[in-house]
Amino acid sequence: MSTADTLLPPDLRAQITELARAEHRPRAASVSALTLVQAHFGWVSDAHLAETASLLGMSPADLDGIATYFNLIFRRPVGRHVIMLCDSVSCWIMGRDAVCARLQARLGIRPGETTADGAVTLLPIVCLGHCDHAPAMLVDHTLHGDLDAETAEHLADTLRQAAP
Amino acid sequence: MNVSERPLTAMIGLPDGPPDCAAYGRAGGWQAVRRALRDMTPEAVIETVTASKLRGRGGAGFGTGQKWSFVPRDPPATRRKYLVANADEMEPGTFKDRLLLEGNPLQLVEGMIIAGYAIQAGHGVIFLRGEYHLALARLNHAIAEARQVGWLGENILGSGFGFEIHVHASGGRYICGEETALLTALEGRRAQPRSKPPFPQVGGLWGAPSVVNNVETLCNLPHIVANGAEWFLSLGLGPDSGTKIYGVSGRVRRPGAWELPMGTPLREIVEHHAGGMRDGYRLRAFLPGGASTAFLDAGQVDVAMEYGAVEKAGSRLGTGLAILLDDRTCPVGMLHNLEHFFAQESCGWCTPCRDGLPWVERLLDAIESGTGEPEDLDRLHDHARLLGPMGRTFCAHAPGAMAPLASGLKLFREEFDAHIRQRACPLRETA
Repeated sequence: MSTADTLLPPDLRAQITELARAEHRPRAASVSALTLVQAHFGWVSDAHLAETASLLGMSPADLDGIATYFNLIFRRPVGRHVIMLCDSVSCWIMGRDAVCARLQARLGIRPGETTADGAVTLLPIVCLGHCDHAPAMLVDHTLHGDLDAETAEHLADTLRQAAP
Repeated sequence: MNVSERPLTAMIGLPDGPPDCAAYGRAGGWQAVRRALRDMTPEAVIETVTASKLRGRGGAGFGTGQKWSFVPRDPPATRRKYLVANADEMEPGTFKDRLLLEGNPLQLVEGMIIAGYAIQAGHGVIFLRGEYHLALARLNHAIAEARQVGWLGENILGSGFGFEIHVHASGGRYICGEETALLTALEGRRAQPRSKPPFPQVGGLWGAPSVVNNVETLCNLPHIVANGAEWFLSLGLGPDSGTKIYGVSGRVRRPGAWELPMGTPLREIVEHHAGGMRDGYRLRAFLPGGASTAFLDAGQVDVAMEYGAVEKAGSRLGTGLAILLDDRTCPVGMLHNLEHFFAQESCGWCTPCRDGLPWVERLLDAIESGTGEPEDLDRLHDHARLLGPMGRTFCAHAPGAMAPLASGLKLFREEFDAHIRQRACPLRETA
């Protein structure tokens, strides 16, 4: 992605300022502001991080300490779709390793990587609270359960076929 | 089953989705907040909840009324205070709060108004897991509607009490479930636990008096206030009051979650509600209430799922959602998976936890993959002792991680030895 040198759009800057204003202290909006930036660009670049930090009255290093602390803030580019496959205990018992192996083979990537066409990033995630339908994964904002290698592979194929 | 016997889930699973404000009221909602704000003093609400013996449903089991009682009453209402709903459900194997959040968000809203009134807090915050996208949408919708109808805002029901709720979607870290780490995260800092005292009830969010209650705990409040403490006490089968959302995951026929009387034996939950083990699988052991509870042996499946009985059996009720280990799944592999989680989620603040947990993970990895040595078991025992419940770490994260390890080392001694002797996982072929 080539967004690293782009400034935050004015409406996004206004939203971040508003988030900061609504909090008891501006820095309390750190995660929600980073989440907003990520929703727009897919990830948080150094330039966007610095600009967001200045809107919150923080140093870039201070905000980066928060960005890198949390699992759901991406400081590197990701694909158009993000698959988060649960790697916690109930999903492990129910065969998530086989699901992961098939996804890796089909997508040609390992967890933490993005397909060459930029369509899909595969990530592990902590328990999604869907243990009665293990193995489970989150595809973007949608939860999928009762997976096996075939259903997961089919879902991955659908993501890659979808228009960018 | 009589609806009054499963108050928490009576309105959940309706064909039209979660009830709106009007439907919630028709089904019995808002009675409690009316009673509390019109007929009861904040002290009377605290007394009722204390008398109900409601204990925290997030895992620690602290008395809810007692927790509230530490909030300073003086100076009164003018002081800034916070009521925080802990909706950061992240304990592996736990899926009860998501059910309550998605199924009936207004029940949580009503519970929060009551709790806020009891401690005279005007500010409510829901700390929600960032991965719970559907819950976020439904909570925001419910809160907006409740505000529009007048259940939130200034001067609710003309009582003079005002209350607002704001949802914070987390960036995702297990330690945020620990209440002081949660408050630190809300202040826009790396979510490291704080030293206590001061306790949050005295110096919490932004230094103000704050109470952090679990979602399921808060959802019980409307029913306790509406029906009384005696009624709530009568719901439990043993010493603990109320109902509990229990659940089972693993190789059972029907994994799921069910609201049942507090103290229901795990055997009844596994065999009756979850349909028993799947064909070809036998129960080997179980974690009664999440990843940070100690293993109990299959022979202990008759344990009553209540705080005291599970503790007496050698574990903790925790979240009350059991994870079952079957006889065809490798216990060493399961422990490796659990300790990988705890190592990854250590906040890194204190050395024993930050360095000890990855060491445990590497030792288990070596044993599981066939390169373990007999001395590795000694190292694991050392860690289970040194990181265990004796206060050498800053918070309860590492002791929680050691609960399944210490119990697993005892319970699965043969399996550990077989891995080291055969230099391979004996269950690999059948897995």
